[in-house]
Amino acid sequence: MKRTIFAALSAALLATGAIADEMKLAVTTSFHNSGLSDILLPRIKEDTGIEVQLLVVGTGQAIKLGEAGDVDAILVHSRKAEDGFLAGGFGTHRREIMYNDFVFIGPSTDAAHVAEAESAANALARIMTAQAPFVSRGDDSGTHKKELSLWAAAEIAPEGAWYKAVGAGMGAALNTAAGLDAYIMADRASWLNFGNKGNLALLYAGDPILFNQYAYLPVNPDKHEHVETELAAKLEAWLVSDTAKALINDYKINGETLFVFNAK
Amino acid sequence: MEIWSGITEAFWLLVTLDADLVEITLRSLYVTLTALVIASAIALPLGALLAVRRFRARRITIAVLNALMGLPPVVVGLIVYVLLSRSGPFGVLGLLFTPTAMIIAQVIIIVPLIASIAHQALRELWSDYHDLLISMNTTQAQRVQALLWDGRRALLTASLAGFGRAIGEVGAIMVVGGNIDHHTRVLTTAIALETGKGEFALALGLGFVLIAMAIAVNLAIHVIGRTERGGRW
Amino acid sequence: MSNLFPVTLEGATLRRSGKVLVGPVNLELRAKGVTVVIGPNGAGKTSLLRMMHGIARLGGGSIRWACPPEEARAHQAFVFQQPIMMRRSVLGNLTYPLRLTGTSWSEARDRATQAATEVGLADMLDRPAPYLSGGERQKLALARALITRPELLFLDEPCASLDGRATREIEEILTRAAAAGTRLIMSTHDMGQARRLATEVLFLMNGNIHEHSSAEMFFGGSASPQAQAFLKGDIVE
Ligand SMILES: Nc1ncnc2c1ncn2[C@@H]1O[C@H](COP(=O)(O)OP(=O)(O)O)[C@@H](O)[C@H]1O
Ligand SMILES: [Mg+2]
Repeated sequence: MKRTIFAALSAALLATGAIADEMKLAVTTSFHNSGLSDILLPRIKEDTGIEVQLLVVGTGQAIKLGEAGDVDAILVHSRKAEDGFLAGGFGTHRREIMYNDFVFIGPSTDAAHVAEAESAANALARIMTAQAPFVSRGDDSGTHKKELSLWAAAEIAPEGAWYKAVGAGMGAALNTAAGLDAYIMADRASWLNFGNKGNLALLYAGDPILFNQYAYLPVNPDKHEHVETELAAKLEAWLVSDTAKALINDYKINGETLFVFNAK
Repeated sequence: MEIWSGITEAFWLLVTLDADLVEITLRSLYVTLTALVIASAIALPLGALLAVRRFRARRITIAVLNALMGLPPVVVGLIVYVLLSRSGPFGVLGLLFTPTAMIIAQVIIIVPLIASIAHQALRELWSDYHDLLISMNTTQAQRVQALLWDGRRALLTASLAGFGRAIGEVGAIMVVGGNIDHHTRVLTTAIALETGKGEFALALGLGFVLIAMAIAVNLAIHVIGRTERGGRW
Repeated sequence: MSNLFPVTLEGATLRRSGKVLVGPVNLELRAKGVTVVIGPNGAGKTSLLRMMHGIARLGGGSIRWACPPEEARAHQAFVFQQPIMMRRSVLGNLTYPLRLTGTSWSEARDRATQAATEVGLADMLDRPAPYLSGGERQKLALARALITRPELLFLDEPCASLDGRATREIEEILTRAAAAGTRLIMSTHDMGQARRLATEVLFLMNGNIHEHSSAEMFFGGSASPQAQAFLKGDIVE
């Protein structure tokens, strides 16, 4: 009896794979948390027949997966890391797809008066001055790198008991911030989709420095001959198509637009 | 209140037989039961052999098993990941981010646990049987066989401990499976994902489903074990 | 049929952590009869039997059977003072030694049923052996030892914790086995039992054979002073 259950199980599971063209795409947590992938993937399957298997990881790991040839393409948002990836010959090219933005979240009481900041740098300065608790991803992700670059731009070294690097994904970091009533920088999509907002509120957004460019980089078949180059190219063609443009620009959470399509 | 909404969530997921839930639950079962069968096939005879035989590497083997039991699954996951990666030694197999990779990781995680518990249980049985089986001129293999058969109840417990550890494991299978929707997502990785999204109620709901499933499997195995021969010893 | 005997022990010694438990033993046993090993507690009866059977490793000297040692081993069986019950049914216990040597299941089952009948366990075939009473256990152990038709059967105080009735049943089985040609070497502290079963006696003291004689001589009054004292129930040292 055990054997029949097993056979049925394996059959059911194998059936879900195998049929379609499959490719693996490493994406960042922030992209996945936005919920946009749930809209795009079924359409991609429908239009191109490709079943895109998403590996949801931090930017650092996405780059590593691409370098090792464990995925066929990556969709990330960290320019410096992307350039390094290309310089190493791991990717064929870089294609910009869309952007969204980062926002500052904090306790609605806003002891540091971040809501009144004139710029991103000013917002950070206010947090530092107030020594208000600030949660950092601290996981070498694209978001974390962005945050560090903002501190650098504001000429502040984030150090001290108030600065808490949690070494976790966006959701876990937001959970921590909610628990600590702390400030945090998040991508807008993750924030809007976050289910445990608690006492937190969006306090500052809009500085152009906070824009977050997503790019698509196929893995170089010269490095890894097994990669699905053709499927990766097909997916890229779809991602820059008018269908994708409409889906991306129209995607809203609570009536707010999240992404701006800017592929050329 | 969070707990309550978790229970409600679990209830609704179950009564509506949510398609995604059914899928990941079946996948959890498939991965863990396969790993359990393979791990038991390795670990139970190993435990018996350790009880029966005084070979030179025996102490070292036991020490290694005990040490491996305390190994964080994430480390196991990482090692399997590096081995299975396209740029690793077994990369050509293309196994990374497949259920097979998850099975491999789970096997490595639970073999030491099952072997250790089996060894403990069978050592006692072997001290009972020692004189008799030596007197009967049994071969090493026959001794192992006798212990495995007559100790099957204790071994069932060892395997169930392995099941418990495997079904609830998240660190390793997250790393080697990648938590890909419709492909390698299982209950535990789904829970981690929903927790990450702050969807505590859903995460808790899935957690309750996991607990319920673990209990159901345990009961089922015990019932199967009991019906055989009236289950008297 | 007997190709084990005579067996010769020359300086056979059993040691445990440097201490001599038995020996050096010089002894020759012939093919016929029932040898009963007697002596005070701790004299080394158990140790001697285990050494001869080969489940305790010889620490010195030699034991020579009339055939190669592996063959000798294959034609012996041992019944322990505390019967060792395998955790399976009575039937499973009885078929086990037969299955070890490749007897088919159906034949093993037939012979097991037969053996159970001979010792009065026929209606307990499906009962788990660990749940038998003390007497039933020892009868099962005896039947299990005899089922391979060994030429030589060792018994270590087989009736030590049994009541009179169970003891009588065991003795009946042993008498039958001996009549059928099975060579018995048995230790006991029950002098009545020794008188009833023995054809020859080994009297052991402090790990050494103090006396080896026929049963008539031993019990007929020609035993050594120490043995006489032991038979009378005096404390000997
Ligand atoms: N495994 C052992 N290690 C050390 N001493 C032992 C061991 N087995 C038996 N002895 C000792 O050897 C002596 C003989 O024991 P035994 O053969 O059991 O005597 P008997 O059966 O005549 O009562 C006793 O003094 C006992 O304590
Ligand atoms: Mg004794």
